[in-house]
Amino acid sequence: MKVLAAMSGGVDSAVAAARAVEAGHDVVGVHLALSRMPGTLRTGSRGCCTIEDSRDAWRACDILGIPYYVWDFSERFKEDVVDDFIAEYAAGRTPNPCMRCNERIKFAALLEKALALGFDAVCTGHYAKVIEDSDGNRELHRAADWAKDQSYVLGVLTHEQLKHSMFPLAETPSKAEVRAEAERRGLSVANKPDSHDICFIPDGDTRGWLAERIEMTEGAIVDTDGEQVGTHPGANAFTVGQRRGLKLGTPADDGKPRFVLEIRPKENKVVVGPERMLAVDQLRGIKVSWAGLPIDAVVNGGEFDCMAQVRAHGDPVDAVAWMEDDADGQAELVVRLNEPMRGVAPGQTVVLYQGTRVLGQATLDSARSLERPELQPAH
Amino acid sequence: MPVYLDHAATTPLSAPALAALTTELSRSGNPSSLHGSGRRARRVVEDSRETLATAAGAHPSEIIFTSGGTEADNLAVKGLYWARRAADPRRRRILCSTIEHPAVQDTVEWLARHEDAVVTWLPVDADGIVSLNALQSELDDDPSSIALITVMWANNEVGTVQPIRLITAAAAAHGIPVHSDAVQAFGSLPVSFAESGLATMAVSAHKIGGPVGVGALCVGRAVKLTPVQHGGGQEQDIRSGTLDAAGISAFAAAASDVTGNLPEESDRIATLRDRLISVVEAAVPDAVLRGHRTQRLPGNAHFTFPGCEGDSLLFLLDLAGVESSTGSACTAGVPRPSHVLLAMGLSEAEARGAQRFSLGHTSSAADVDALGAALPEAYQRARQAGMASHASSIQTAGTGFRL
Repeated sequence: MKVLAAMSGGVDSAVAAARAVEAGHDVVGVHLALSRMPGTLRTGSRGCCTIEDSRDAWRACDILGIPYYVWDFSERFKEDVVDDFIAEYAAGRTPNPCMRCNERIKFAALLEKALALGFDAVCTGHYAKVIEDSDGNRELHRAADWAKDQSYVLGVLTHEQLKHSMFPLAETPSKAEVRAEAERRGLSVANKPDSHDICFIPDGDTRGWLAERIEMTEGAIVDTDGEQVGTHPGANAFTVGQRRGLKLGTPADDGKPRFVLEIRPKENKVVVGPERMLAVDQLRGIKVSWAGLPIDAVVNGGEFDCMAQVRAHGDPVDAVAWMEDDADGQAELVVRLNEPMRGVAPGQTVVLYQGTRVLGQATLDSARSLERPELQPAH
Repeated sequence: MPVYLDHAATTPLSAPALAALTTELSRSGNPSSLHGSGRRARRVVEDSRETLATAAGAHPSEIIFTSGGTEADNLAVKGLYWARRAADPRRRRILCSTIEHPAVQDTVEWLARHEDAVVTWLPVDADGIVSLNALQSELDDDPSSIALITVMWANNEVGTVQPIRLITAAAAAHGIPVHSDAVQAFGSLPVSFAESGLATMAVSAHKIGGPVGVGALCVGRAVKLTPVQHGGGQEQDIRSGTLDAAGISAFAAAASDVTGNLPEESDRIATLRDRLISVVEAAVPDAVLRGHRTQRLPGNAHFTFPGCEGDSLLFLLDLAGVESSTGSACTAGVPRPSHVLLAMGLSEAEARGAQRFSLGHTSSAADVDALGAALPEAYQRARQAGMASHASSIQTAGTGFRL
């Protein structure tokens, strides 16, 4: 196969590319330039498209003896990931830009270009497994090492995308093993620290970065009955689950601390309430996609047992899920959790699993405690 | 063996240069030392200086050896600016063409940022020829404020040759020095520093069959330059640093070789280039030749290919065993639309489809034919891959994915 190895400059993608070469594929390394200003040098463990990362990826390709190119996706990245990230926050949601990048950049813009140029697959250093059945249909599964498993951030891939995806680190027992392998292969990135945080926010200060890009307007903080209990400098500055910085004048009836339960950007309101109401039982998701073919229960319109996971390294929770059409006929995924989950915000992605298999995902439109009454918009 | 069509980036060592280089590398001696070994090395350097001076139409005392074209450009632009401004503080303007190599362009911009220089960019026409009218009106306007003028002899991307003699004649009326980056022109076109009327002229060894790491700045005898690099006072105190006898000797050997055969070799390469242009135009009728059709370097053929990224084309040609270039510099490997093409009036989308094929002393008709064979499929595929700025048509959750 002709394989395009997406090379971030990190150890995982370098070892993934090495394994693809060893498996006999015809591999070309490509580093994605995602920033309009690539002139920044690496600081700490942050960022994934600095000059140093590009050089590291280049050096890894030298050692593997494969060609290396840098492809500029900065314009697409800005529109599909960065602008989307800002718009989602402005709408009071909490998006996952890494998922968005996988969905629209690595396995869409990059994959499409790769296919057009004659490649068969895109190979990355993600820890996840693709399984093909006898009919050639593909399923996405968790990696062997659950601690490193990244199937969550790939849960957004469709069957079409999975058909052209290759994850050579699927069966790796641990990250330490990958580092040791890099060392054995003479890859100088063996001891490079992992990247964390959001690559386009250089100092990791997401709040500060957003504050420069989203207009903040002072508004009301209300309790679960809609009564005003304070004012805020801008609803977008808050996250669901937040306790500090609310500066509430009126104490709660029971005298206990209150937490942000919901952000209502259209009304510029922040809803606060007792800690127990942070626990949500029911999730409603939009922008639903299936990782591979949908299971029979989905096709037949029934309920199905599954596990629901709402963040990259969160614990999955037993749940029952089904599809519903909303008032406008849009398909929605409803997930009833068997045990409540805390700190869930709209905009997050819920990924559904059965065993190790990823069924699909949806973007959370609402997440609430069934105990809490639904607030009616103010008149 | 891949087909090498990137001689403008660097060209293989010529046989005389290789012989000179290996001979000198096996010897020792610092040309500044006073003992026998030093005298021997100095003899090599001074013989080379005379050889290079003859090849470049300069006097030997006008040759300042450098580490290459970039250093020569830096020395000329900064050195002229500082010296001229020191003589008269009103001289802070630099007239610079919009199509300069980064070695000049970036130096000029640095002087603007750090040394109070004021840059006036001289526009070019659609073929990439600098506007003499614009130059003349700047000269008529306020000549006493101009520190220097810098216009390259021939452009490294599109190959267009500039009217250097007319530029220096216009500047001479006001006593303003002109620098020219002749890195691409020297060895390809007849270049005479004496006849050019230039104050300074940069040349480089590795573009003419010499080794990488050596170049020279021709500096007119009456021209004052403030040094950029300080140290032991070599090269008339203008460029300190131990002289690289082996590199200089090989540079001179390459220069002598290439200028000795210039008329015949230039004709041979220009004929090959015209053949290459026909081959490309036949293979891809949509391709547009950029730069002037006749006033161009004999070895340069530059095209834009509509609807595709230059780096896709480069990649596909590379896979097919043909080595070319998008022509412009990149940052950390990221291709940028060429400032030269933008200056010539192309849109960013047009400029992104650039591909430069450059011929040299090892090029043959077979190379051109290999390009003709590989190009149609590469172009088709590159067009399919489209422009990186376009949204992907792959349907996902975010685009309303439906099963």
